[in-house]
Amino acid sequence: MKNGKLLSGDEAIALAAWDAGVALGAGYPGTPSTEILESFSELGGHAQWSPNEKVALEVTIGAAFAGARALATMKHVGLNVASDPLFTSAYTGVDAALVVVSADDPGMASSQNEQDNRRYAVAAGVPMLEPSDSQEAYDFTLAAIEISERWKIPVLLRVTTRVCHSYTVVHPGGSKGAPKAASFARDIKGRVMIPAYARLAHRKLRQKLAEMQEWNESCQLNRVVPGSEKLGIITSGISFMHVREAVPEASVLKLGFTHPLPMKQIIQFAKSVKRCLVIEEGDPYLVEAIRAQGVWVEGKPDMYRFGELDVPRVRRILDNDVSPEPTKPAGKPPQLCDACQYRIVFESLRKRDCIVAGDIGCYTLGVLQPFEAIDSCVCMGASIGVGLGMRHVLPSDQARRVVSVIGDSTFVHSGISGLVEMVYNPPPNGHVLIILDNATTAMTGHQEHPGTGRSLNHEPTNKLVLEDLVRAVGVKRVHVVEPRMGSEEFDRVLTECLNSDELAVIIARRPCILIVKQLKQYEQRGQNCECDPKGANVEQGN
Amino acid sequence: MSSKVTNIVVAGLGGQGVLKGTGILADVALRAGYDVKKSEIKGMSQRGGSVTGDVRFGKEVFSPMVPNGEADFLLVLEPTQVEPNRHLLRPGGVLITPEAINTDTLPHKRTLNVALLGALSAHLPMPEDQWLESLRAGFEETFFEGNKKAFLIGRKSSQARQAS
Ligand SMILES: Cc1ncc(C[n+]2csc(CCOP(=O)(O)OP(=O)(O)O)c2C)c(N)n1
Repeated sequence: MKNGKLLSGDEAIALAAWDAGVALGAGYPGTPSTEILESFSELGGHAQWSPNEKVALEVTIGAAFAGARALATMKHVGLNVASDPLFTSAYTGVDAALVVVSADDPGMASSQNEQDNRRYAVAAGVPMLEPSDSQEAYDFTLAAIEISERWKIPVLLRVTTRVCHSYTVVHPGGSKGAPKAASFARDIKGRVMIPAYARLAHRKLRQKLAEMQEWNESCQLNRVVPGSEKLGIITSGISFMHVREAVPEASVLKLGFTHPLPMKQIIQFAKSVKRCLVIEEGDPYLVEAIRAQGVWVEGKPDMYRFGELDVPRVRRILDNDVSPEPTKPAGKPPQLCDACQYRIVFESLRKRDCIVAGDIGCYTLGVLQPFEAIDSCVCMGASIGVGLGMRHVLPSDQARRVVSVIGDSTFVHSGISGLVEMVYNPPPNGHVLIILDNATTAMTGHQEHPGTGRSLNHEPTNKLVLEDLVRAVGVKRVHVVEPRMGSEEFDRVLTECLNSDELAVIIARRPCILIVKQLKQYEQRGQNCECDPKGANVEQGN
Repeated sequence: MSSKVTNIVVAGLGGQGVLKGTGILADVALRAGYDVKKSEIKGMSQRGGSVTGDVRFGKEVFSPMVPNGEADFLLVLEPTQVEPNRHLLRPGGVLITPEAINTDTLPHKRTLNVALLGALSAHLPMPEDQWLESLRAGFEETFFEGNKKAFLIGRKSSQARQAS
């Protein structure tokens, strides 16, 4: 184990990006992907938080068009937001490497769903690599860069919570060729996707995929662990590790390059063993693809589609055991901090019996006791549209109680277009939007966002002033309130807005109590700096 | 080196230093030349919820997660977290809780995680100076003396218990 470093999968991806000379990393925070860009920045890389994943991917596409290696990072649901540029960048291709990291969360340690983003590789037609540990996270990031530049196509690096957040030994192996200098080369037909050119590009994409599939048949990213002829297991990602521990005697086909699949190799393996079983977390992606070739392989019983796999579950799958699993005793659920200002907001919403279209962030904890003051939570930004939809159709006595609640980072991520909708299609009794501005992206570990006036590494930058934006969009009734224990002000403003029958936005502003100390340091740093001084100020209500 | 993997789970509440504890543990195992894996679920740990971290070391470790009922050691920093995690322990596995040490003697309440590592260390093959090296590397230098003291309190009380 000499010279090995213990790195998380996220850190290993960042280190590989650094070693390979990635010129720009962009993303939006989201567990379990957040630490990739944070580590890349600490290593000295140019890393940026974008307002959302779509913009992040677009920024990296631009960098890759311009001939620089680029990395986009996001959690699985972030790729939904970024899917529009993803699908068409598969057509345009790239000039230098573009690696798109999708960090999936089977079991939902910290997510609103457990979608399996391997489906995106198929749907968009991009190659996909799936590492099993931090060493592979490192190696596969380098391989993704190589594949991306060889076929001039974005590569999906699909990881999961246990790969991102487990620390395993890594022997960094250096870079795969130096990056070339960024320089613009015009390619109008290749990059301007009007129908006439896109038709050509689609054919080209299918051609690339066919070539990659052929190449994948003998690719080192897939390997066979020889073992018993009686039992063969086809697997990928973290499941490989559970399989090796649960059944060390089995022969295993470990797939690393999982789209387009090396079908010849898979079929040959399946035929070489008596019992062939596919063990994969989440959707039956591999099973379905293999069976579609007319080859019978066993899959897992449906109950194992839910949640993560682990060693005991793999043993049960092998035994085809579908008896109920032992339930784990419940731990202590998270809760809003004792001194959190959101408590005041939720108490007030409860007291007024509001119908609350909620959003995603720390404040979603307002759904739990003692508040139980959130009535919906779908995806980031949805609070505004969902609240408006309810206001439009409910009888007025109910409609008047509907409130949308959104965090500051979430508002910038995808709430702004909801706000435009609110002004463009106002419900008959108006609407009330509360923006919870705690000067950070608290939920994912306190990342900066455009509204904080600081960039990813906490250095001052231009600041998006939320109340100015809200007014510019056309909302007349805008209140900035500091929710304080023992003060009735927030409750009074809320009541006023609810009774006004107008469009109203309340910005409830007070920095998250967990970062008060850091904010002071950032402020001081900002004062010693030549940049726009406004960028470093934390406005504490007014 | 035996091929058996040693499984340790550290449990507590957000803010108690569970993940710092597993970090030190993994580091000392790495220094001692083992293959090591450490797994944790972060997510909402900062909001005071339950947190557990797994550390596994041996000649070769595959899964990063300690399977249910296979933990050799369960370290619990907060008494309310014993029952929710007891199922992780194998039959005959060792439970280490704050009761193992006289917490009044600790230099600071925050060093409880390090003191419990000390108690654990008496059961593990890594030598004392390797532990101290990891403690020195894992925290700011100014915390080292306090942590060393806490570690040794834990280690000695555990050694005394084993001897009696
Ligand atoms: C599309 C998408 N990207 C990222 C996430 C992860 N995520 C959930 S909430 C959140 C932001 C929370 O910040 P904010 O709205 O400021 O609320 P706070 O936690 O500070 O209260 C993020 C990044 C997600 N759920 N969906």
